[in-house]
Amino acid sequence: MDPALSVVRLTVREAIHTLSSSEDCGLILSTLRFLKRYLGETEDPALPEEQEEFATVHFSAFLRCLVIKLSPVWLELSPDGQLEELWDSFFLKGPADQAFLVLMEALESTAGPSFCLMKMAQLLANFLSQRRMAALMEEQCRPQKKPGFTLLQETLLNKVVGLPDHLGNRLQQDNLALFFPQNYFPLLGEEVVRVLQGIVDALRGGLDCSVSFMSRVLGKICIQGRQKEILDVLVPQLTVLTQGSCLWQRVCWRLMEQVPDRTMEAVLIGLVEATPGRPEVLSRLLGNLVVKSKKAQFVMTQKLLFLQYQHTTPMLQSLLGYLAMDSQRRPLLIQALKELLETWGSSSAVRHAPVTQQHYLSAAILICLAHLREPELRDSQDELLASMMAGVKCHLDSSLPTVRRLGMIVAEIISSQIHPEGPPLKFQYEDDELSRELLALAIPGTSDSSTVLAGGSAPAPTASETLAKTMDDGVESANGSDPQVGPQGSDSDLDSDDEFIPYDMSGDIELKSNKAPLYVRDCMEVLTSSEDMERWEAALRALEGLVYRSPEATREVSVELAKVLLHLEERTCVSGFEGLRQRALVAVIVMDPARVAEYLTSQFYALNYSLRQRLDILDVLTLSAQELSRPGHLKRPTQQVSCGSGAPVLATSQADCTGVSGWRTVVEERIRSKTRRFSKQGFPRRELASSPSEFNSVAGYFFFPLIQHFDRPLVTFDLLGDDQLVLGRLTHTLAALMYLAINTTVAVSMGKALLEFVWVLRFHVDIYVRRGLLSAVSSILLSVPAERLLGDLSDELLEARSWLADVAEKDVDEDCREQAVRALLLLERLKDRLLPLSH
Amino acid sequence: MAVPLPLPPPGPQFVLRGTQSAVNALHFGGGAQAQGRQLLFSGSQSGLVHIWSLQTRRTVATLDGHGGQSVTWLQMLPQSHQLLSQGRDLRLCLWDLAEGRNAIVDSVCLESVAFCRSSVLAEGQARWLLALPGKGSDEVQILEMPSKTSVCTLKPEADAKPGMPMCLGLWQAESSPRPLLLAGYEDGSVALWDVWERKVCSRVSCHEEPVMGLDFDSQKARGVSGSAGKALAVWSLNGQQALQVCSTHQLTNPGISDITVRPDRKILATAGWDHRIRVFHWRTMKPLAVLAFHSASVHCVAFATNGLLAAGSKDQRISIWSLYQRT
Repeated sequence: MDPALSVVRLTVREAIHTLSSSEDCGLILSTLRFLKRYLGETEDPALPEEQEEFATVHFSAFLRCLVIKLSPVWLELSPDGQLEELWDSFFLKGPADQAFLVLMEALESTAGPSFCLMKMAQLLANFLSQRRMAALMEEQCRPQKKPGFTLLQETLLNKVVGLPDHLGNRLQQDNLALFFPQNYFPLLGEEVVRVLQGIVDALRGGLDCSVSFMSRVLGKICIQGRQKEILDVLVPQLTVLTQGSCLWQRVCWRLMEQVPDRTMEAVLIGLVEATPGRPEVLSRLLGNLVVKSKKAQFVMTQKLLFLQYQHTTPMLQSLLGYLAMDSQRRPLLIQALKELLETWGSSSAVRHAPVTQQHYLSAAILICLAHLREPELRDSQDELLASMMAGVKCHLDSSLPTVRRLGMIVAEIISSQIHPEGPPLKFQYEDDELSRELLALAIPGTSDSSTVLAGGSAPAPTASETLAKTMDDGVESANGSDPQVGPQGSDSDLDSDDEFIPYDMSGDIELKSNKAPLYVRDCMEVLTSSEDMERWEAALRALEGLVYRSPEATREVSVELAKVLLHLEERTCVSGFEGLRQRALVAVIVMDPARVAEYLTSQFYALNYSLRQRLDILDVLTLSAQELSRPGHLKRPTQQVSCGSGAPVLATSQADCTGVSGWRTVVEERIRSKTRRFSKQGFPRRELASSPSEFNSVAGYFFFPLIQHFDRPLVTFDLLGDDQLVLGRLTHTLAALMYLAINTTVAVSMGKALLEFVWVLRFHVDIYVRRGLLSAVSSILLSVPAERLLGDLSDELLEARSWLADVAEKDVDEDCREQAVRALLLLERLKDRLLPLSH
Repeated sequence: MAVPLPLPPPGPQFVLRGTQSAVNALHFGGGAQAQGRQLLFSGSQSGLVHIWSLQTRRTVATLDGHGGQSVTWLQMLPQSHQLLSQGRDLRLCLWDLAEGRNAIVDSVCLESVAFCRSSVLAEGQARWLLALPGKGSDEVQILEMPSKTSVCTLKPEADAKPGMPMCLGLWQAESSPRPLLLAGYEDGSVALWDVWERKVCSRVSCHEEPVMGLDFDSQKARGVSGSAGKALAVWSLNGQQALQVCSTHQLTNPGISDITVRPDRKILATAGWDHRIRVFHWRTMKPLAVLAFHSASVHCVAFATNGLLAAGSKDQRISIWSLYQRT
């Protein structure tokens, strides 16, 4: 055996012996100082071989011994704190990995809360703040030959990443702020950058290094869900560092490549999240990772696009932009587009996927299209076109307006990209936030410009630009001066226009010649036979008022009039035609509910009506039921007449009305001030005039004919088949009628019928239908008296309840889930209300 | 930056009812010599002239001098208590209203059955000029009053064929004593006559339809005319006594029956066949308000010296408005 080595061994053994037995401060201090020679950094360091041996063989054992000795009494042996300082220095100066492991081990084995535990936690905090963690990790990046090295690394990895958890568990309430995850991981991020800097320097110096430990650390942190903490520190720094340096980029790519497959997903998602809308950064950090790693490819092209949809649009832009930035990755983008379109065009996906996911998919498609050029699409043109056609069809078939709109927007843009020379596909849809957002995605280049801004590297405007701008301003200001002054300089009136603020002129519309008929029968005649369009329009406009004013005359011709209105077609371009016709129909029903409702409900299931007409029937039934069930509904029409008919005297009706109520309040106020009251009650509260609900006697005419025939398909009308949109509206109408039938005598039997109806259709595939069913259940719970619900409908309710629970948990549509929860809450409330009764 | 919503147009300050027939002519009287008692004269379809007190908002007196024929024009002579009224009975009556009297002191027979309103030029002199439609259908007659001497008859040249005069405006430039006459004709043109020389100084065709009303601002040498069509025309007079159209302003509905610039020349009001009164800023012609109160054609609008606006309508009501008052 090498004599020098045995010298080290002997010294260490002696020192351990001294430490464990001696109480003499001077002796302990001198022993420790002597040993410190082996760590270097003193005036007369030991020989390198001795240092090496001490570090590899004896250091851990010695540290353990130090830990055992640690106690307040022992540290008090040297009152000036020399001993404590020396004690600390062994942990902070010696090999970082061993010191860290011993510390962690000691922290775990020390019973807490105690002085020792706190002392060691403090030491660990010092260890972290003195950047020893970087030293630790850097050590692991050197090429290693020692046996048991992998095991050591594994342990280190666990301890490094799990430090906040371990410390949290040990210290409980006394935990130091530095060990909180939100502080520790950013610090770790800084350390990682430092280590990488070291590696880059080493590589420049021609030394060999491996980043695999760093990759594992990164992966482990990410998979623990701390991507945000560490990447928020890491990504901005790496973004800057990789900007101009190939070496840094290579190191970064290597770092990402070495991330274990198991944790790859967490890292990639974290990175995409950390670089929203900045594909070039992602590209610098990842390189061609997607091409090299199967796992990365799967995450980037499948998981992020198809299996998840919570990510924001800038993230999508960054992800797909990354795919588009390199010629090696571009095939992946085309492949992704194909797959996206395939999913987009699959009718089952459209039917079963939540709306948010469909929105996400659409956005992804549009971003892909913005990146791809027409020549690249040419090969797969037919395939894309086929998917698009299928997709458009199933989107337009959907009963949800959002889904339909998505279909239109995406189809327009795809067709314009695939066939830029052909005639453009154009749908009519309302321009709203959603459509604007999506259309903005489709414009290629917008993402680039935004990134320039986000990067903050927008070049300052050059001098010539600034000059041009100021000149423009000058011209503008010259032109901007009041042009009136020139030709009319003599007009020296000092009246500014400020005092002449125009009033609202929206009422200034074209005056229609007054050809409106004065009787309901005349109106009807004009509507059926008149060729004079102006007269026809005037009749249509006057009808509602006439109907309300002359109930008797209306009743005589009510069904006939309803028929005329139902079949009325828009002959000229009358603004608000639909509304006029609808209001007139509602008025007719309100005037003669039983017969007209009977007629309309029978027509709903008749042959030879268009879907539009059937939908109209449902709408007017709902509206008129609402009108009938409103307390005091008959008061409104008279007012409407005054405003609508244009009778001269009543043009000021508004002012008059307020005048009338005005004098009444004045009089009441006067009476109140002059009246002394002796009772505490005060004056009688004003009550709303109560009147019987008109809907009570006729609810059945509205409801039962509608619910009876839904399962009998006609040649032209199949509610359970293709016409699910109408079925959806029917369920909503029934729900509304049920709700409006509150406090009526037929509510119980209506509820029973409706529950059966719901039960039959409960697994309908269409979201809109399901929403209607759920609202039907809610309105049953609201309208049918609680005692009758539990008495007559208890079985049905039990069944409905389990169905509701199922929907609340599993339905794809958020609205459906919400409605189901509401219905369940109503059920609960019902139970609560009845429990006291049963006791 | 949100644009504040414009205010809804105001309602009338008050409404005078009780003429019991369509109101065809309005004129504010009183002013300085009325000692604060402001009066409004209204001429109705049934031939009566009502004198309204704006303080009590009731009729002070009713003048019946046109034999049940519609009164089309009313004008107070300045600095006197004399009122001129023109009726469809082809008479122009001069009423003496001083000290509560209401008697016809003089009358002129009209020789034209047209609807053209007359015009007066009186600068406080004892003698004043009266322009009224003449015997021939396209003539305008100028009389010197109160002597009723015919000064001249203004007849367009044979080849001009402007049709009947529809509205008249006698005025005098401050710089010269020459009386001038603006006449709107049936063919939509406005002509400027020099009364002394009996010739047309200038003529400008500014409407497609007959000119129904005009008003002239002699300070700015700018006038405005309304017609049966859908536009207002603003024209100006240059130094060479030549009329030229400055601009036209489209209206929503056709038909203007009267047009008046407020005495302070800030705003102008039009009486529309579409039941509405429209208010414009006179300098910029910016539309300021559309007052929808009447339920039939508005026949006449008039401004008081204090800025009050009155409008008379076929629906037998007179509405009084207070808009953009500088108070």
